[in-house]
Amino acid sequence: MATRQTQLLARTLLMPAVGLLFIWMIVPLGLTIYFSTLHYSLLDPGSGAFVGLENFRYFLTDPAFLASLQNTLVLVGSVLALTVLLGIPLALLLDQPVIGLNIVRLMVIAPFFVMPTVSALVWKNLLMHPVSGLFAWIASVFGLTPIDWFTDAPLLAVILIVSWQWLPFATLILLTAMQSLDEEQKEAAEMDGASAISTFIYITLPHLARPITVVILIETIFLLTVFAEIYVTTGGGPGLSTTNIAFLIYSQALIQYDVGTASAGGLVAVVIANVVAFFLVRIVGRNLEA
Amino acid sequence: MARMATTRRVVVSTIGAWLFGFLIFFPILWMVLASFKTELEAFAIPPSFLFFHWTTENYATVQERSDYFLHATNSIIIAGGSTLIALLIAIPAAWSMAFSPTKRTKDILLWMLSTKMMPPVGVLVPIYLIYKSFGLLDSRIGLVFILCLGNLPIVIWMLFTYFKEIPRDILEAARMDGATIGRELVHVLTPMAIPGLASTMLLNLILAWNEAFWTLNLSTSNAAPLTTFIASYSSPEGLFWAKLSAASTLAIAPILVLGWFSQKQLVRGLTFGAVK
Repeated sequence: MATRQTQLLARTLLMPAVGLLFIWMIVPLGLTIYFSTLHYSLLDPGSGAFVGLENFRYFLTDPAFLASLQNTLVLVGSVLALTVLLGIPLALLLDQPVIGLNIVRLMVIAPFFVMPTVSALVWKNLLMHPVSGLFAWIASVFGLTPIDWFTDAPLLAVILIVSWQWLPFATLILLTAMQSLDEEQKEAAEMDGASAISTFIYITLPHLARPITVVILIETIFLLTVFAEIYVTTGGGPGLSTTNIAFLIYSQALIQYDVGTASAGGLVAVVIANVVAFFLVRIVGRNLEA
Repeated sequence: MARMATTRRVVVSTIGAWLFGFLIFFPILWMVLASFKTELEAFAIPPSFLFFHWTTENYATVQERSDYFLHATNSIIIAGGSTLIALLIAIPAAWSMAFSPTKRTKDILLWMLSTKMMPPVGVLVPIYLIYKSFGLLDSRIGLVFILCLGNLPIVIWMLFTYFKEIPRDILEAARMDGATIGRELVHVLTPMAIPGLASTMLLNLILAWNEAFWTLNLSTSNAAPLTTFIASYSSPEGLFWAKLSAASTLAIAPILVLGWFSQKQLVRGLTFGAVK
């Protein structure tokens, strides 16, 4: 009797969360699907005719889509590579006996807590400005020509800013994983005369395989929709050179007011994200059983 | 001999770690320094690192010219409000799944997680139109609502992993002693759950404070939190670096402090318990 009551209570307590999340998922997504089949522009009050898959054909064959898909892939790929490849040695370094480790950890983790609009504007102006930025001054000290970041290498500039924001995340997770590695195992390897390098390759790295996968998947989810950093620095330009899929959809919806095409684009973004989410959910789910 | 090697190792790794830590932290430090310069000095080449005329006038100007406190208040209301509501919805749900799990609990949890993976841009159009027709554009309540829903899966997940760790035996013992569910909740569970609740709240506050997709797209002036306010510096007129730095320093300071307290929980919250 008591258990049935408890079960009923448990279900009642769960309902608000499940219900809200269900509505949150199904209503906007349903509307996006619906809008994506309409010729629907906010600038054209008479619009709203059903056009089938026309919006998808238009969005997917638009040269802007291919350009922004390419930018998205380059952005996500480069940031992943930079954060993981720098995060591993950095985590290894912080896993050593370091005097004042707590303060170093605070300095390393800090960029993650800076709001995206602040980091983007501080980098764009104080550091990357072609005349008065710190990088330009450093270049001139070494007798080099300063780079005009947002004209000559805009996508690289965005990649550097986003990598700076996400390096702490990768480092912190890899460090946490390293600290959970059995010390005895490493000591035993050292006793047996294993060099630091082979200890790293044969013991630490295999142990890191799963956390690295987790870092890659979670970062990918967030990096696919990088928005604020582009919004405040380049506005997608020059041309389309820093427009990613998220920004393309935004500009179609809220700058060109083309609801139909933007909705079709939104669904394409959902599909791309779901491919990644599929693998992440499986990894997390496996962990849930253990 | 071995002792020598260890000392050398400590020295080398200490120098290395401080060097890289400083490099990573430098942009923030540079921004804070610029906030105490005059506009001319902030823009000057070669830059002055410490020996400039220190001034706090930028902080005063930011408030006078741009109503900084309005935006800071908006940030507090939006981040705080969305966190509180999310907790109110999530606590019962996580409690229920942790202590009365059914066959479907795992599926429900994973489904909740998958809603977090939906890219916000995929639902930007309908949300924008719904908000427009209900007059929710540029309103605090609208932002509270959307950030609450957006972070709800993370909140439920974190609470679930914390509640899971509360030993079941204690609950059984309380039940044996005849405690009702209400008393069990107040006297046994709550005290043990408070650390988990606190860190969940902290992480969610940070995420909501820094959220910059919905806030940029759904707010313009009255309800604009600090993220949107700072973004307005992207199209400035005249010299503005010192003021930008002052506004930015104020905007990130509280969250930097909170964040430093919650480093450990961050890993757990952001990896959905996949890395502990």
